[in-house]
Amino acid sequence: MTPILQVEKVSKSFGGIVANSDISLRVNEGEIVGVIGPNGSGKTTLFNSIVGSHPVDSGSVRFEGAEISRLRVPQIARLGMLRTFQQTRIYGEMTCMDNMLISVPHRHESLFSILAGFPRETHDEAEELLDFVGLYAKRHLRAGELSFGQQKLLEFAMALMNRPKMLLLDEPTAGINPTLINGLLDRLNRANKQLGITLLVIEHNMRVIMNLAERIYCLAHGQLLAEGDPEAVRNDQRVIDAYLGGQ
Amino acid sequence: MSEATQTTGAAVKTRKSMGYLAILIVSVIAPLLFPAYQTQMAFLWIMVVLALTWDILGGQMGYNSFGNILFFGVGMYVTAVLQVGLFTDVTAYNAAKGGEVLDPTLGEYLLGLGVGLGIAAIAATACAAVFGFGMLGLRGHYFAIGTLGLGIAAGEIAAGWDYIGAGSGMVPPRFPGETGAREEFFYYLSFALAIVTFFALKRIYAGRFGLAINAIRDDEDKAEAMGIHTTRYKAVGWCIAAFFLGIAGGIVGNIVGFIAPRDVAFAGVTYGVWMVLMAILGGKGTLWGPVIGAAVFHITQELFWTYLLGWQRVALGLLIVVIVVFFPQGILGFLREKFPERFGYKVQPKEAGGSADPAEGGAR
Repeated sequence: MTPILQVEKVSKSFGGIVANSDISLRVNEGEIVGVIGPNGSGKTTLFNSIVGSHPVDSGSVRFEGAEISRLRVPQIARLGMLRTFQQTRIYGEMTCMDNMLISVPHRHESLFSILAGFPRETHDEAEELLDFVGLYAKRHLRAGELSFGQQKLLEFAMALMNRPKMLLLDEPTAGINPTLINGLLDRLNRANKQLGITLLVIEHNMRVIMNLAERIYCLAHGQLLAEGDPEAVRNDQRVIDAYLGGQ
Repeated sequence: MSEATQTTGAAVKTRKSMGYLAILIVSVIAPLLFPAYQTQMAFLWIMVVLALTWDILGGQMGYNSFGNILFFGVGMYVTAVLQVGLFTDVTAYNAAKGGEVLDPTLGEYLLGLGVGLGIAAIAATACAAVFGFGMLGLRGHYFAIGTLGLGIAAGEIAAGWDYIGAGSGMVPPRFPGETGAREEFFYYLSFALAIVTFFALKRIYAGRFGLAINAIRDDEDKAEAMGIHTTRYKAVGWCIAAFFLGIAGGIVGNIVGFIAPRDVAFAGVTYGVWMVLMAILGGKGTLWGPVIGAAVFHITQELFWTYLLGWQRVALGLLIVVIVVFFPQGILGFLREKFPERFGYKVQPKEAGGSADPAEGGAR
């Protein structure tokens, strides 16, 4: 298997706080990889470094073999690596349908296509994906009126609409009704298997991440603590200590 | 789609066409019925254009621009300079301070005006492109404050430039033809501009451009994270506004008949503020809002001038306060909050046998 994402010795500090120090990880094409760690361990900072929200202090990030640590967020997004947000972000004043339509890929866009409309197939695709996450009936409602859990599902559907090669999900199940989590897990798996989207997932819900991920990285205090398959990470004494505050 | 929804869809469409037709008929015969008010009615259409173009950035994109008056003024001067420059020396013409140096035939006049308005639109668009790529990297309030300087600076430059008449302004060429023909001509020209602006915006709002600038308004960081070329969309939005504003400026210069740099062309405190108010009054971020806002505002303002002379500015100020306090969403925004279904915001499950679960997201 070839690596689609390769992070090597990435460090990032904010003033005196070292959020990430020398973190390396690799994600192979088609994999589902988890990132866990206690609050404040640097998971979201790592995501921000990868997708270009802020420059890294040192280290390299390579996506499909090309260095991306100097690119900005929209450029990386157009290469096919998207992230979703921990605090769900959707376009609140627009209808769900419009949220979906504008999430089409923006890789090749001329001045002409900017002023054009959307073809019929794009509408159909948007409706299909809304159906996929169970929001079809609400497609003409303003996205801001949806419940938090529904907004998360919408955000996920928007990400799929963009046809990414890789998705970085920041706590996809946080704030979602436990009965819906299984549905979401199923959809994440289907997106991975059927659409071939590589997933890198930050998650606090251990049951979810142990079921979902093939490999897991555990961060603590900005450092990489452990990595391996779910079983190994779960039984790693250092991970247990980190979570229970044994350090 | 079931037959029922199809027929109601068709009914709505017919009703809409009837509405457009009614507006068209009224607009075409109004100047014939009330010839004395032709100039005021021409200004009504100009106001519609000002409000509509301001709303592209201010309403649909969430970027309050106080510098749009720049494009209006540039359009006004460019039109006038070409109207004169095609036939005679501009410096000499302006030095004569409106003395009859130029007396065009109707053909010459139309040629000058046509070329003038065309180049005005291009020049204004070019200005927007230059300033747009420079300034639209600024977010929110910073952009608003940055644009404030544009109109003021342009006014000062125009007031000091002898070629275009400097502080004593410039007079566009006299309209050839009988008395009254000028007012009628510019009424229909303004009307045509408003119609073209409206339908052009209606079309692009429905496509990629409209949704992209709405997305920028709702969450620009998210739009970037989704790969949208935000700066490009923002600059194109401003260019579109400038294009129509440039033409509007060219027309207004000819209607007023005298171009003063600070009070007519780069008139930040009148047109510059009004365009913002009209869009807010009608409901910013909607297509019809600015149109309604412009109509209500312009008519109210004319009534103030007629019945409250001496106090008209006070009344206008109070009106502004009332608008902002009681209708922060504007007339159309208020209606949209009250009757969301009327605006198409409704739950619509699939027809019989559909698999979508209208309750919580997909616990199927």
